[in-house]
Amino acid sequence: MSVLPYPLLSLSLVLMWMTLNSFTIGHLILGGIIATFASWGMAALRPHKPRIRRWHLLPHLIAIVLYDIVRSNIAVVSIIVTGRRRRHRSGFMTIHLELKDPTALAILAVILTSTPGTAWLEYNSSDGSLLMHVLDLVEEQEWTDLVKNRYERLLMEIFE
Amino acid sequence: MSQAADLPLWAAIAVCFFLLLGATLALIGTIGLTRLPSFYERLHAPTLGTSWGTGGVVMASMIFFTVTGARPVFHEILIGIFVTVTTPVTLMLLAQAALHRDRAEGNANVPPSATAGTASGKDAPAAGAAD
Repeated sequence: MSVLPYPLLSLSLVLMWMTLNSFTIGHLILGGIIATFASWGMAALRPHKPRIRRWHLLPHLIAIVLYDIVRSNIAVVSIIVTGRRRRHRSGFMTIHLELKDPTALAILAVILTSTPGTAWLEYNSSDGSLLMHVLDLVEEQEWTDLVKNRYERLLMEIFE
Repeated sequence: MSQAADLPLWAAIAVCFFLLLGATLALIGTIGLTRLPSFYERLHAPTLGTSWGTGGVVMASMIFFTVTGARPVFHEILIGIFVTVTTPVTLMLLAQAALHRDRAEGNANVPPSATAGTASGKDAPAAGAAD
């Protein structure tokens, strides 16, 4: 077993420790010790280890997700505020995902749930189909394109 | 709140803007929770509060304490990350429970285990038994 089985996790924990306390040498050492033990604990659980292949695409993904969240916030607010007068159609839809990496799927789930208007309901890992609920399902194809071309392709490039 | 008096005008405006934005989004999300007709539609409303509702309040808090404390404050980013990362867990638990209930009741509006052949074998007898 290497000294630091999860370097990224350890680094994040040290950063979090110092953010919550203060940026001093003392807290760097204390945080470092805690992070080391925590990553050993993590290694004992033997989770699937994610491999990020293309780091430079991450900021791009974060940027488009933040933009989409702003846009869908506005869309959902207008649906709720205009309410019953405007008839919106909500419904279920199924998408077949080619994404297999568990970490990438987890990130996709976070993106889809934190974007108002789309909810991740059920994923079947055996055939890769995802059941979603969409609040404003006017064009089903539009939502499929959004998930497949905008997020899935990028996530596949980053993780696979 | 004695610190608040020291806040320069531009910072006060920015803090108010983000605080009101976050609070308004959370409020609209809550209104949506009561007004939308079906359970699955109601799932969408609170995500307003967990996305930019939280984001706005967190941003206001960061600006306020960065300006008054005269040093950058990043605690709030952690709050934002944890709220975002944990939202799907509760949402999926609720959604799965609702799907299971509706399928067991044989509700026609819910796709019969849209996750294809393999899983439907498990749910189909339950739906049949409920009828």
